[in-house]
Amino acid sequence: MSAQATALHDRHLACGAKMVDFAGYRMPIQYGSIIEEHLLVRRLGGVFDVSHMGEFFVEGPGAEAFLDSVTVNHVASLAHGQVQYSAFMTPEGGIVDDLLVHRMDDTHFMLVVNASNRDKDWAWLQAHVGEGVTLKDRSDEFSLLALQGREAYQLVLRMADQDLKDLPYYWFREGSLGGIPLILARTGYTGERGFELYVKNERAGELWDLLMPALREGGMGPIGLGARDSLRLEMKYALYGNDIDGGTSTLEADLGWITKMKKGRPFLGLEVLQRQKAQGLQRKLVGFEVLGRGIARHGQDCLMDGLSIGQVTSGGHSPVLGKAIGMAYLALPHAVNGVEFEVDLGGRRCAARVVPTPFVQLEVPCR
Amino acid sequence: MSVPGNLLYTEEHEWVLVEEGTVLVGITDHAQGELGDIVDVQLFEVGVEFQKGQSIGTIDAVKATADLYAPVSGVIQEVNSDLPDGPDTLNQDPYGRGWIYRIRLTDPAEIDELMSPEDYEEHIDI
Repeated sequence: MSAQATALHDRHLACGAKMVDFAGYRMPIQYGSIIEEHLLVRRLGGVFDVSHMGEFFVEGPGAEAFLDSVTVNHVASLAHGQVQYSAFMTPEGGIVDDLLVHRMDDTHFMLVVNASNRDKDWAWLQAHVGEGVTLKDRSDEFSLLALQGREAYQLVLRMADQDLKDLPYYWFREGSLGGIPLILARTGYTGERGFELYVKNERAGELWDLLMPALREGGMGPIGLGARDSLRLEMKYALYGNDIDGGTSTLEADLGWITKMKKGRPFLGLEVLQRQKAQGLQRKLVGFEVLGRGIARHGQDCLMDGLSIGQVTSGGHSPVLGKAIGMAYLALPHAVNGVEFEVDLGGRRCAARVVPTPFVQLEVPCR
Repeated sequence: MSVPGNLLYTEEHEWVLVEEGTVLVGITDHAQGELGDIVDVQLFEVGVEFQKGQSIGTIDAVKATADLYAPVSGVIQEVNSDLPDGPDTLNQDPYGRGWIYRIRLTDPAEIDELMSPEDYEEHIDI
């Protein structure tokens, strides 16, 4: 099957995008230099087409209880209009996917899942859903534009038809921009202030055409998935398939802050998580910086005294720091700030050190 | 993507400029374009001897790390010392200021095995 184009495909080409196949979609990886796009988001901002993300709607009197039984975070604690970062876990304690849960009202939720996991997530939810809950996969109806960066955030505030300046981080509102109906969420994957705009496909081009001149006037522009990856890495945000997968738990992934074992309701994966907590973790996801030359990449071995102590899950060049950084699962005694180890780059080794994260301290935090 | 007519090429996207007894080596415009932003290079030192096809350096780009393969057998006679501090020169001027090594040939007959500009254009499917 050939990759699916997003509603904005031709507009990406018109902006000079280099397109790649990603999770079944033709997506812009970069429009020019990934480093320049990265730094532009940190300095001013830009817009990402992330329409490949999946949108599931969960409705019915049993929706809240159902979601609390299949996600690790506490859905019942969400207010109307609030968003929560969470994860689906298997009974064996692996992560099925990470996701955002939006509560529209008492009985109505929108889940945003990874494109690469959409079919798996859908089958998994279908397998666990019970009475009083309706699931709808509306991914093919929605496009998603992420406006990220301090000036992109201001631009949405100016252009939206509603006053959103008091909308806090991780809250959303159903509204419009230039008369185009949207869900406007104060979320993102860059660490910067910004919005994610959910728009019906048939209005997505119109929204892009409205935003782009205003972005250009502010010195901003479109940003590809290449910079999205380096931006999230600087914040140590996990990427499914790299840093988290079916063989890692949320506790191992340093996502204890979304893992609400005491929410008063059993959920899939809880028993394994309780056992891991009681017995102590074997390994943990940490951030590291490369001390010498070279860039560590996903899958490479971490060594100490010649013995493997873990694996690199993400690695790359940090445009802000000007050096190579990465994430790795390290055996617990070594998963401590300041520990030095080596990474096998494939024939050559480089020295690395566990460092506090996020790697980059932002001037204007997302909150 | 430019493919200068005065150079020879390899399937692994290195270019070779034939001089008297030596060759100048770099990566092609196509290679730098595919790699994207190059942020670091690790090169061998002057005097190192190697065989054709051996890895004689690594190039770190944002998206991936690539090996630089020896297009011919030889001895490194000169290294572009500007590259470690300005690796993006490989992006900006791959056929000029972005040259990587000057190599003294140990088997000049290997020159005949390199690709012509026309063959390289076909190889990268321009």
